[in-house]
Amino acid sequence: MTTLTVEDRATTADPADAGSAEGPVTDASLIYFSSVSDNTHRFVEKLGVRAARMPLLTKEPTLRAAQPYVLVLPTYGGITGQGAVPRQVVKFLNNQQNRSLLRGVIGAGNTNFGETYCLAADIVAAKCNVPVLYRFEVMGTSEDVDRVTRGLEEFWT
Amino acid sequence: MSEKLKLVSQVQAINWNRIQDDKDVDVWNRLVNNFWLPEKVPLSNDVQSWATLTPEEQQLTMRVFAGLTLLDTVQATVGAVSLIPDAITPHEEAVLTNIAFMESVHAKSYSSIFSTLASTKEIDEAFRWSTENVNLQRKASIVTDYYRGDDPLKRKVASTLLESFLFYSGFYLPMYWSSRAKLTNTADLIRLIIRDEAVHGYYIGYKFQRGLESATPERRQEIKDYTFELLFELYENEVQYTHDLYDSVGLAEDVKKFLHYNANKALMNLGYEAMFPSSVTDVSPAILSALSPNADENHDFFSGSGSSYVIGKAVNTEDEDWDF
Repeated sequence: MTTLTVEDRATTADPADAGSAEGPVTDASLIYFSSVSDNTHRFVEKLGVRAARMPLLTKEPTLRAAQPYVLVLPTYGGITGQGAVPRQVVKFLNNQQNRSLLRGVIGAGNTNFGETYCLAADIVAAKCNVPVLYRFEVMGTSEDVDRVTRGLEEFWT
Repeated sequence: MSEKLKLVSQVQAINWNRIQDDKDVDVWNRLVNNFWLPEKVPLSNDVQSWATLTPEEQQLTMRVFAGLTLLDTVQATVGAVSLIPDAITPHEEAVLTNIAFMESVHAKSYSSIFSTLASTKEIDEAFRWSTENVNLQRKASIVTDYYRGDDPLKRKVASTLLESFLFYSGFYLPMYWSSRAKLTNTADLIRLIIRDEAVHGYYIGYKFQRGLESATPERRQEIKDYTFELLFELYENEVQYTHDLYDSVGLAEDVKKFLHYNANKALMNLGYEAMFPSSVTDVSPAILSALSPNADENHDFFSGSGSSYVIGKAVNTEDEDWDF
């Protein structure tokens, strides 16, 4: 980065850009972000596996993964796909160890968003060279829960 | 209008620098970023394609859009506005005015499609049909009755079911034409409407859930029972409406699957479990991919046929790269 304007500095001060390593350590094999809508949270709860939720606010210290895990995340933003990955997830993945332990991504979304349906999952998967394991809508149906439960079991064996 | 208009009891200057619910800001920004007008879509490129449809197919298309116009008009002038006095935060009120305006844009955009493709006589005939079709009028009046009622949570349920369920018997047809490479610009416009309705349904459903948080268990049960009763009432009517429209072209069965698929999403927007099993929500893949190219399950590692999945080339990642 070269010269900073005042606005740039304000942006850089955003904790999402700092790969903070001070957050709680988790050995869960499923790590997820869910906004206050709790849609993704409800889906993960139904899976019945031990999972760790990222803090709601970007300014809070993020999680640190201790073992290989699968990431579940919703997509933000609109037409262009800019800002598709929630800032909290960006902050989490800025941590090199968190990135290196990532094995796969599951996306939450709504097909109504057309080309940007589950775009955040695609972006993270491409950047980290891991597969998109599954996509589900809103908070997932019982069939989604069954498929992901079975899929994860096979994936880890 | 003879009835007394219900208004917010007290108004204070809205301060966007003091936010009670971040969702209000998120959704406001999203709606503003998604703003569009029908004039941006080159509808006239569909004139040739329109001429390849049979007279029956043209009539069906006109009626579908006239029906959608009615729903968008209800949502713009009654629905979203009726939710304003129930708002929990001043910013929610502002978001609802944005939603109301956008519904008017949607309603107007069908008129843009009509004037591009059809004659005045055909347009008038479609609007006359919309006032005479019993099932269409019934669905508008069922929802409007709840908007006029005195229960804020029930109003939000009715509104979410309208945004996330009742539009889809209509949305099916432009997706169907698009999958056959017909009326593709019209389909582009409808996709913009579909995207907006998803944000509206998500937001009103979210506010419904916030409102439910402070309710007693009895009240929660009452609202849940009411939601499913209303859904069934609307569903039965929707099935008849679907037959009215689509029997002549033999598409009614696939449209019904699309209804089930979207009813599930409407319930989930309200925080309830999906109700229809996948055996009756398996909409034709061509329709799903007209909606979203990513909806094709074969892109997924778990559900695809394993071999079709190819892991992308490694991207060398530095911390600076995580600048989305």
